[in-house]
Amino acid sequence: MAGMRTVEELLSIAPEKYEISVFGAEAYGNYNRIMLSAVLSGEKVIEDIMINNRQWYEENAITLYAGPDKTVVKIDRDAKQVHAQDGLSVSYDVLLIATGSRPFILPIPGHQLAGVICFRDIIDVNTMLSYSKTHKTAVVLGGGLLGLEAANGLALQGMAVTVLHDGEFLLNRQLDPQAATLLRKALEQRGIKFKMCAKTEALLGDDNAHVSAVKFVDGDVLDCDLFVMAIGIRPNMALAQEAGLVCERGIVVNDGLQTSDPCIYSVGECIQHRGNTFGLVAPLFDQAKVCADHLGATGQAEFIHLPTATKLKVTGINVFSVGDFIGEEGTQIIHFSDAKAGVYKKLVIKDEQLVGAVLYGDTADSSWYQSLLENNQNIAGVRDSLIFGYTYATETEAA
Amino acid sequence: MTATKQVQTTCPYCGVGCGIDAVVDEPNRQIKIQGDKAHPANFGRLCSKGSALGETIELNSRLLEPVVYGQQATWSEALDLVADSFANAVKTYGPEAVAIYGSGQLLTEDYYVANKLMKGFIGSANMDTNSRLCMSSSVAGHKRAFGSDTVPGCYEDYELADMMVLIGSNTAWCHPVSFQRIRAAKDANPALKIVVIDPRRTVTCDIADLHLPLASGSDGFLFNGLLKFLAEHNVLNQAYIDQHTEGFAAAIAAANRFSVEAVAQHCLLDAADVAQFYHWFAGHEKVLSLYSQGINQSSSGTDKVDAIINCHLATGRIGKPGMGPFSLTGQPNAMGGREVGGLAHQLAAHMDFSNAGDIDRVARFWNSPNIAQKPGLPAVELFDAVYDGKIKALWIMGTNPVVSLPNADKIKQALKRCDFVAVSDCIANTDTGVFAHVLLPAQGWSEKDGTVTNSERCISRQRALLDAAGSAMPDWWILTQVARRLGFEEAFHYKKPVEIFREHAALSGFENDEVHGLRDFDISGYAHISDAAYDALQPAQWPVNRLYPKGRARIFDDGKYFTASGKAQFIAVTPQTPINLPDAEFPLVLNTGRLRDQWHTMTRTTIAAKLNQHKPEPFVEVHPDDAARYGLEAQALAQLETRWGAMLARVDIATGQKPGNVFVPMHWTEQFASWGRMGALVNPVFDPISKQPESKHTPVRIKPYRAAWYGFVLSRHELDLKGPEYLVKVKGNQFYRYELAGQSIPESWQDWFAKTVGESLLDTWFCQEYHDAAKGNYRAACLEGDRLQAVFFASAEVNLPERGWLTGLFEKPGLQVNECRALLTGLPPVGEADVGTIVCACFNVGKKTIAAAIKEKSLKTHQEVGQCLKAGTNCGSCIPEIKALL
Repeated sequence: MAGMRTVEELLSIAPEKYEISVFGAEAYGNYNRIMLSAVLSGEKVIEDIMINNRQWYEENAITLYAGPDKTVVKIDRDAKQVHAQDGLSVSYDVLLIATGSRPFILPIPGHQLAGVICFRDIIDVNTMLSYSKTHKTAVVLGGGLLGLEAANGLALQGMAVTVLHDGEFLLNRQLDPQAATLLRKALEQRGIKFKMCAKTEALLGDDNAHVSAVKFVDGDVLDCDLFVMAIGIRPNMALAQEAGLVCERGIVVNDGLQTSDPCIYSVGECIQHRGNTFGLVAPLFDQAKVCADHLGATGQAEFIHLPTATKLKVTGINVFSVGDFIGEEGTQIIHFSDAKAGVYKKLVIKDEQLVGAVLYGDTADSSWYQSLLENNQNIAGVRDSLIFGYTYATETEAA
Repeated sequence: MTATKQVQTTCPYCGVGCGIDAVVDEPNRQIKIQGDKAHPANFGRLCSKGSALGETIELNSRLLEPVVYGQQATWSEALDLVADSFANAVKTYGPEAVAIYGSGQLLTEDYYVANKLMKGFIGSANMDTNSRLCMSSSVAGHKRAFGSDTVPGCYEDYELADMMVLIGSNTAWCHPVSFQRIRAAKDANPALKIVVIDPRRTVTCDIADLHLPLASGSDGFLFNGLLKFLAEHNVLNQAYIDQHTEGFAAAIAAANRFSVEAVAQHCLLDAADVAQFYHWFAGHEKVLSLYSQGINQSSSGTDKVDAIINCHLATGRIGKPGMGPFSLTGQPNAMGGREVGGLAHQLAAHMDFSNAGDIDRVARFWNSPNIAQKPGLPAVELFDAVYDGKIKALWIMGTNPVVSLPNADKIKQALKRCDFVAVSDCIANTDTGVFAHVLLPAQGWSEKDGTVTNSERCISRQRALLDAAGSAMPDWWILTQVARRLGFEEAFHYKKPVEIFREHAALSGFENDEVHGLRDFDISGYAHISDAAYDALQPAQWPVNRLYPKGRARIFDDGKYFTASGKAQFIAVTPQTPINLPDAEFPLVLNTGRLRDQWHTMTRTTIAAKLNQHKPEPFVEVHPDDAARYGLEAQALAQLETRWGAMLARVDIATGQKPGNVFVPMHWTEQFASWGRMGALVNPVFDPISKQPESKHTPVRIKPYRAAWYGFVLSRHELDLKGPEYLVKVKGNQFYRYELAGQSIPESWQDWFAKTVGESLLDTWFCQEYHDAAKGNYRAACLEGDRLQAVFFASAEVNLPERGWLTGLFEKPGLQVNECRALLTGLPPVGEADVGTIVCACFNVGKKTIAAAIKEKSLKTHQEVGQCLKAGTNCGSCIPEIKALL
């Protein structure tokens, strides 16, 4: 997604500058990966989430090489060429690497059994959808964003779902315990079961080498027809590493998204910028904008990693968090809760500026909070109505 | 068949004495109130308080059964104890050791029996009343000038006058229906000159051509100056002076040093304004001087009354249509009390102890074995005697001296020390009732039956609309029962009020003739009134006798006075400043008074939620200069201190206040405010003649009251809330509001709130909570289903959201989602109008609604506002406020 967004940005500022070729290992054009959860839950189909179909590529005179056989296997930096699986090689003046990330697979015994999958692409979604028609129980490993979205989708498709989470509360990187408790209650009301502080020992298989149960360190065993691992991602940087580009936890880029080779740029979940790697969509789009500027225009833009907001894509459950939402020392906290509406909000203030927020149940003002936070705006004047949202705060200010 | 009946009765509040048409639904104990279109006091008009009478008859706050030493008791137990206690005190210490302290709220029949029992049979004149606090200077002034306590004119004079001087009277709030009538007269005749004389620029000034904000208590100077001015400008009616008066020379001699300039200096007025007033007074034959507590509640109140009367006598402007001095009485039956002799220096039926013939006459009429021979103790001295242990048994009826008397904290001590205190009241919990050994449940308005007399001597019937609540009994009955137990069966044989009325009427005419001496008060025309005629009695202005069988609108129209010489007496007045003057320690002057929508100590008016909206909290009005000098912020809290006591109040910065003066309302009690009793502040000094306390002038100091936290709780159910130093309870429509400020912050607001509203309830309610610990802000709200149950706001800062929108939500059966979401902002959902503080209590129209309508529809007059919103179209007492918004 980051890659194609960069191409789009580039086309909008310098449509004639490059002759563009795009390689993709999936048989589709590019689709909105963020919406995969919606396809899984049945709210959308794959056509709904396509961003650029083949026709778009044609219209924009972009050559698309898509499908497993078009997987790029080598970058020849000296010859300035890329080589695909099927032997195709294409020259470049400038190369953009947007290889994204791979799901992390917990290397426990049984992880290679059939019915053990990740939640990464449309193939995974299709697998889950077909299992839901033939199987009953699913176990999702990981109570993070992706895991919960998978669990919700599977539950909606009719499976009995249990989420395994190693922490004490869900979304522990995105929520505080209060919000996480509300979230868990809401998901439990939808029939999803949870096993917290779960230590998985092994996956057990049946005679067909298909997963049949999960075994825990505490001795518990849980039946399982489908096991979905959603415990994080790792930048996909093998190609770059082999090409000799500087890589650490990801492909190292500067503020202009340029790798250690001046002719090669990189964006997306595969990169490492100032020590950070990326897993959420918002900064990726920022990267695309900056990268396009360097490729097609003045090259003055700099990528700045802003506090990234979290949103859970589970219909009917609105969750948002940004910044220092726990509240480190020296911060002040404003709480709001409404048991009837199922709303919980927490704002973290430091030196009369908003530095973090958790919203549960009512996220209508999330982008306003984010902009306050990004702009380091002084909120002293609206502090008393801040938590009630933009409309109230601005009304109060006017009055 | 209809279940309702229609009854004509009289309003129980101020001295205007408005007639009421009540539609009574007895089975459901409901009353619909309308003004009686035929009643000469109001011709159908009613004020906000009168209009809300139907909402004050609920039983929750009523005293329904006798209480003896804190335990519910039977009537005979309670009455036995009262009688025994009085008998024992009299037996051991003599009749001076007992006292009755009554009230202008009593009906004439009740009053008559109380007075007769005390003065005629127990044999002590220690029977005084709260009328001492409001009318006794007028009584004394009348008596000195006229030889009788006579109000010469009548309300009709409002329409006939060419000029009206309103002196020491916020008529707009204290006598709203009279004010409406005066306003209507002014509208009909724009040439009518109206002058308001008051240190405060009150809403009464709304209709004034001239306002003289004179120095507090300096009225004597102003009217002495007027007398001199009238003499110098040849406006005197020498023929009248010669034929009908005495003592002019001494009076004018006493007034002669008061030139316009000297008056301006004494009164801190602009000389041109003083001259303007004098010129107008000189130039208008039909001039009416309406005066009230600003004149009476003074250490020289009697002199002030006479200084006013002097000007009318000197011009002969008295007793004729459209002119004369006119005392506006405070209470519904202050006049009736005076008629029966309810004040300690009076005996009965406008006879008093100064005349041995009167004592003998009344003794013979009553067949009294041991009639009192000398005046008893007036209110302040009476309670001093209680404090000093000289009075051992005290019976308080229908009044709340712990709130209303000066130096009111001492009254608490006095009652605590007293061997025996009985309190008759219709309300269960009063500040005074706390000290009672016996509580006697009296019938309230809507139950009792008898007569009252208003400011213009008009006797009207108060009729029972409903059966008595619980075991409540009429005051006359309670008194009669005690009298019988004391051995006076024969003299207290009454079975119904009409019997008492006939006796009272007969006494008024008893030996009231040229031979024995004429008395002004004569209703002998009613001495043989039949039961049926009494039931049907129509309003009439006394005297009602052989000469005036239908009553008499104006007295002194014939130039005949009730003095020994038959001539009116000029009084040589040497104006006095108030007794206690401000000094370095107490640099300001404390003024006290009534509000528009409350009556006296709020025991009854607070029951009607709508009457609590206009001014929900005790407040202090301060001029902006004084606010700046003493560091007071609008809507913050202030502490007032005098040498006698302290009070906490919300600061209201008002340009209408004279710099150096502050004003507090007189109404709040400990039932509704922790530190709101103004009586505690007031100096216990009084007029040497009338013995009326100087409640309008006490040296005071003021400073900001800073609390650790400020807050309010709104709750659908009444709470037993204690603890915060500042605590005001306000009953609203389906909610109670508690305004709070505390010196110590609870450890956990959650716990405090849960404990306050009831932990068990919280379990079944949905709660919302807001907490900004660093700023000290905590807010919570609870709903039961969609129905709002409680709201709490606390803050380290005094400025909290206006309560208007939140309180309005309690009327709704369920809240909308957007309302729920807005709850803890304290502000209406964006786009929804906040009505603001209620201006029109009759139609519940708020300030913001009116302001918005004025803006949107370009309304120009209060009439247009009325057409658009109905605001101000019923009682009209909010018209000045509407005009201020225009």
